[in-house]
Amino acid sequence: MTYVKILGEVFLLMGAFSLFVASVGLLRMPDVYNRVQTGTKASTLGAIMSFIGIGLMAVDHWDENNWLGRIIVLIIFILLTNPVSSHVLMRAAYVMKIPLSKLTVVDKLKEDIELKVLEEPKDE
Amino acid sequence: MNNIIIYIALALMMLTLIAGLIRFIKGPSIVDRVVAFDSMTITSLVVIGVIALLSNRAIYFDVAVVYGFLSFLGVIIVAKYIQGGL
Repeated sequence: MTYVKILGEVFLLMGAFSLFVASVGLLRMPDVYNRVQTGTKASTLGAIMSFIGIGLMAVDHWDENNWLGRIIVLIIFILLTNPVSSHVLMRAAYVMKIPLSKLTVVDKLKEDIELKVLEEPKDE
Repeated sequence: MNNIIIYIALALMMLTLIAGLIRFIKGPSIVDRVVAFDSMTITSLVVIGVIALLSNRAIYFDVAVVYGFLSFLGVIIVAKYIQGGL
């Protein structure tokens, strides 16, 4: 039982550190798109690892109140909804024509629009 | 020994919330503010989970699920409004 708790503590610390790294990237990245990417992807990883750690640390209460079921539902919910909001925000930023950073090397969507492979995303 | 590590994790999450608040205040565009809001909400979900662990109440996870769903809905609606479709 104690080993499971120690494993849960390690998972919780790694998840909290990943959340912190996500916030540092949110402060330091040069562009809107980079900020969306780092602020959503690393946050997802940190939240999932933190909830795994919480579920392992509550090893004494697994019998009562359906702890594990609720934590698994929460993890699946975060895993489903977070990338969707990231993609929707990126598309909204591209439609708003927020300029890319000067360090950007390649813009595949712009090349495809110029070659008329794809249509430009626009207001509906 | 248990509680020390939980409090260290809570301190890291508070630093995360402060950094998100700075980006929320000074972000140049709307999308920056929405992303900072989203990141702060996910951190708040983890804080609610830690509080549920500290006080031994499983009912708080239901609060976390409803909170996350409302945050997701808010982000989708704001993005749709920015695009001009709403």
